[in-house]
Amino acid sequence: MEVKFDEAALKTANKIISRYPEGKKKSALLPLLHLAQAEFDGWLDVPVMDYIATLLAIKAIEVYEVASFYSMFNLKPVGKCVIEVCHTSSCWLRGAEEIIQHLENKLHIKAGETTADGKFTIKRVECLGSCGTAPMFQVGAQYYENLTTEKVDTIIENLDKSGKRTTYFDEVSLTAHK
Amino acid sequence: MSTKLLLKNDHVANINKLEVYKQHGGYASAEKAIKTMTSDALVDEVKKSGLRGRGGAGFPTGMKWSFLAKPAGVPRYLVCNADESEPGTFKDRYLMERHPHLLIEGMICSSFALGANTGFIYIRGEYFYIVPILEKAIEEAKAAGYLGNNILGTDYNLELHVQVGGGAYICGEETALLESLEGKRGNPRMKPPFPAVAGLYGCPTVVNNVETIAAVVPIVAMGGDEYAKIGVGKSTGTKLISASGHINKPGVYEIELGKVSVEEFINSEEYCGGVWKGRKLKAVVAGGSSVPILPTNLILQTSDGNPRMMSYESLGEGGFISGTMMGSGGFIVMDETVNIAENLYTFNRFYHHESCGQCSPCREGTGWMEKITHSIISGHGKPSDIDLLWDLQTKIDGKTICPLGEAAAWPVASAVRHFRADFEKLIH
Ligand SMILES: Cc1cc2nc3c(=O)[nH]c(=O)nc-3n(C[C@H](O)[C@H](O)[C@H](O)COP(=O)(O)O)c2cc1C
Ligand code: SF4
Ligand code: FES
Repeated sequence: MEVKFDEAALKTANKIISRYPEGKKKSALLPLLHLAQAEFDGWLDVPVMDYIATLLAIKAIEVYEVASFYSMFNLKPVGKCVIEVCHTSSCWLRGAEEIIQHLENKLHIKAGETTADGKFTIKRVECLGSCGTAPMFQVGAQYYENLTTEKVDTIIENLDKSGKRTTYFDEVSLTAHK
Repeated sequence: MSTKLLLKNDHVANINKLEVYKQHGGYASAEKAIKTMTSDALVDEVKKSGLRGRGGAGFPTGMKWSFLAKPAGVPRYLVCNADESEPGTFKDRYLMERHPHLLIEGMICSSFALGANTGFIYIRGEYFYIVPILEKAIEEAKAAGYLGNNILGTDYNLELHVQVGGGAYICGEETALLESLEGKRGNPRMKPPFPAVAGLYGCPTVVNNVETIAAVVPIVAMGGDEYAKIGVGKSTGTKLISASGHINKPGVYEIELGKVSVEEFINSEEYCGGVWKGRKLKAVVAGGSSVPILPTNLILQTSDGNPRMMSYESLGEGGFISGTMMGSGGFIVMDETVNIAENLYTFNRFYHHESCGQCSPCREGTGWMEKITHSIISGHGKPSDIDLLWDLQTKIDGKTICPLGEAAAWPVASAVRHFRADFEKLIH
């Protein structure tokens, strides 16, 4: 299958590229990788990275080395909802490990794994800047904060029902953490 | 009455909208700067204000600005560091989400002072949801004539862009940030040259933290001398503190520097509201994960027996033996139930994960420190491991390209220095 942005995504990509001075288009690489990950099933397969290289007229290796450096880019398939749970100090102090345990028991997978139905992935991540509303996790663009095991149950149920793939471009409810 | 400069409109509904922001005095500083001041006069006001970088290092902002090279015909850049990934720090997020126009106005004033016609806000990728908030504010400011060409009828032009990162703490280090902004891995650069001479695309660049840039707005409004009257000594102005951990009221608080004691900050209802569950205080990391952790007696009092205050100098009193640092203002509180070795493990894992891997002392050392603390907290530690940890951190500190090495070493040094008993408790 040929990898290509659809018209809308291509328009966004070109708008991003136009921000940078002539000859500095490589600056668009991280934003375009985010766009590509959202457009192509939540991860960056080699043909996807090659496509981005072509768009920016850079070598494929320049894309691979960047994609593999940053923790938000997935180089393997992931579930429709990637649950990124913070386990750093402030969250740890307020029960992050209990939240991870609860998720693992509930979804019958370990952190780092994806459920058999392809719906959920649990990912342990470092501080997400939500330390004052710990414990927390992020799913797509949405932060879920001040978590309790009951809250986690409701969130997972709702995500499960929606069945949609979550991305960092999703619209976010800003009241969730207030 | 406490002095509020950055969060003075925190209670105002819809302050994220330009018209509301303007009703509360917004964009008056931008107008004043662009219409009535020269760039040099603006840099002077910031120098007089005594403002120090709020990103962690505390370097005087006016001085940093005056280092900017100005070769003719070469563009200059202002880059806002919104990477905010230091564990325990979430004030930039708060500011950007709720007060986007304060940052945009600060970017306008600062860019004007530096003679920059393009500015970037480099925001950590995890804060994706804030991008549309900032972009909306930029759009509104542009429509109102504060951005774009011929701002407010003058010949000054400025474009601002928001750039997202990809998830990497190291990209908060300013040269790694610039590499990342150029579409590369976040590997810190060797210095010199400093960004002021060769920064983004090899052009003169200033990188400043979100809160630093926002603070330029009140400085322009009141003048540098007036700003310098707020605070104490070389700790001028106000600082946003991100308070988290075992307290009743975690959150972002604006304090006047040097006027609030650590004890008051922890216990007063105006701030943290006391240690949670009626428990006793055990330790505080006062300025984000990278600064030395202190036990109760040392965080509440300096070595000469005076109350420790929330200021750069007072927090630093006693150096590495009995003091700590203001850092980013990430204030993490731990109650009496915490074993500090266990907390240290979360930091060591963090720094190992975030090391860019360029220098072997950092890459290997952080890995070893993570492994050893993991072994200790899982009950497999040996008595000699404590000294090994100490030894390892001395082999990183000061021997690396960028300060992440030190940032990883100091938490280990201070945990071993002040909480040796906690390690011993876990070693049988
Ligand atoms: C490992 C590392 C991470 C850093 N992270 C940040 C950050 O997230 N935000 C920030 O403003 N400064 C960060 N800094 C400091 C920056 O390098 C730089 O000093 C700062 O952006 C300058 O702005 P200021 O003078 O306004 O504080 C970091 C430094 C290091 C060594
Ligand atoms: S100190 Fe660590 S993070 Fe900094 S350049 Fe060296 S390896 Fe990279
Ligand atoms: S420690 Fe979890 S969000 Fe900061």
